[in-house]
Amino acid sequence: MFLSIMRLGGVVEMARRLRNRPETIRATPPAPGPAAAAARRLRGSLQLRHVDAGSCNGCELEIGGTFSPVYDAERFGLRLEASPRHADGLLVTGPVTRNMAGPLRRTLEAVPRPAVVVTVGDCAAGCGVFRGGYGVEGAVGDVVDVDLHIPGCPPDPAAITAALRGLAGR
Amino acid sequence: MSGPWPAATQLAVSTLQVGGVLVGGPLLLGLTRKVKARLEGRTGPPVRQPWRDLRKLAGRERTRPEQASWIFPLAPLVLVATALVVAAGAPLVAVNPAFGTSADLFAVVYLLLLGSVALALAGLDTGTAFGGMGASRALTIGAVAEPALLVAVLALSIPARSSNLPAIVSSSLAHPIWLASPQRLLALGAFLIVVLAENGRLPVDNPGTHLELTMIHEAMVLEYAGPDLALVTLGESARLVVLLGLLANLFAPWGIATRPGAATLAVGAVTVVAKVGALGVGLAVFEVFMAKLRLFRVPELLSGAFVLAVLAVVVALVVP
Repeated sequence: MFLSIMRLGGVVEMARRLRNRPETIRATPPAPGPAAAAARRLRGSLQLRHVDAGSCNGCELEIGGTFSPVYDAERFGLRLEASPRHADGLLVTGPVTRNMAGPLRRTLEAVPRPAVVVTVGDCAAGCGVFRGGYGVEGAVGDVVDVDLHIPGCPPDPAAITAALRGLAGR
Repeated sequence: MSGPWPAATQLAVSTLQVGGVLVGGPLLLGLTRKVKARLEGRTGPPVRQPWRDLRKLAGRERTRPEQASWIFPLAPLVLVATALVVAAGAPLVAVNPAFGTSADLFAVVYLLLLGSVALALAGLDTGTAFGGMGASRALTIGAVAEPALLVAVLALSIPARSSNLPAIVSSSLAHPIWLASPQRLLALGAFLIVVLAENGRLPVDNPGTHLELTMIHEAMVLEYAGPDLALVTLGESARLVVLLGLLANLFAPWGIATRPGAATLAVGAVTVVAKVGALGVGLAVFEVFMAKLRLFRVPELLSGAFVLAVLAVVVALVVP
């Protein structure tokens, strides 16, 4: 009985969502990226493997928000993949800790060429508050070559979506 | 069957079916994703997004794990080829495609199985933990799903007195009352569950998740990149279209072309596209409401499908 009530509530909820417009907000236009060549190659389809190289998880929250119903970056052909083999590049957050420097290099090696590296958040560019920490190897740029940086502490989902759209050319 | 068809028409039908399945498969994936996104309150990517992904993947580097043998690059080709061979002969647009006489129920079921086994072997071939785990899970499910599919279609073949799929479709068109018979409904139940299991859809496998511990199908293809991954996606989507098309035409054959002619073939093509599209939307709505079953419960679900199929055969034998 309880189950059937739950199901009915689900049906009503679905009907409401279909009637209303999606909860997605209007996206900010794509930011012009430095990688015009990548945009021509990707042509509106960009899959990334996310690597947390030592982040405080603030950026992870915003990346989660980027793919939530409100920002819905998937509508622009952007997705996070489970396997670096399926990805066009990496989405790296945080300063690179000593333990994550090796895994980060190896993950990038596993991505088919050509691979893009996108960094999210101020820590990835200059280590932020973690600069000089005993466990920190350095910024992401000290370990692998970075193609695109999304600044902010943390950057908001609209900025992440706009930057990735610029990279995907859409 | 309504007499011999001109060979050229038969070839045209087969070509149309193969082309339609190849082009339509990714679009069907896009459609199910769009419907699911809308039901979840998202906008979702456009329906043609899977084609964009495939076009991009086709131009990327092909990687191969160090330990992999010749099986690894071969498996995606086998997967696509088996699905397309089935598409060439299956009664999708018309009951009489060029290879229709070889579209035997056993041939179709085991061609599809060949594709699954190739992928499972490739998963083992990668030498990674996830590949082996995915292969073991996929074969566990496949070992229960294939007999259920076989027996379900066998129940349909008893009144038609033929295991040839086009013959089954044309005989049920000639006797529409058979479509509402108990064995049909039992077989339909079994067939529906098997289609979900064979294509890695909910409640057996979740195509939308990347959670390593729960994935079955994706675990086997984690190592594929670029054109190989594009082929795997293409093969999987072609398989989904073929199975949904067979489901539609075995249980609701109206609209399929029984006589050669441009008009009847056009009607057949339009109805099969509409039926598969409607089934795809239904699948997406179903998946939004469904949670994934715990892995150890999946064989119970599939044994249920098998029991339904066996009952259908028993009823078909008892009630002539």
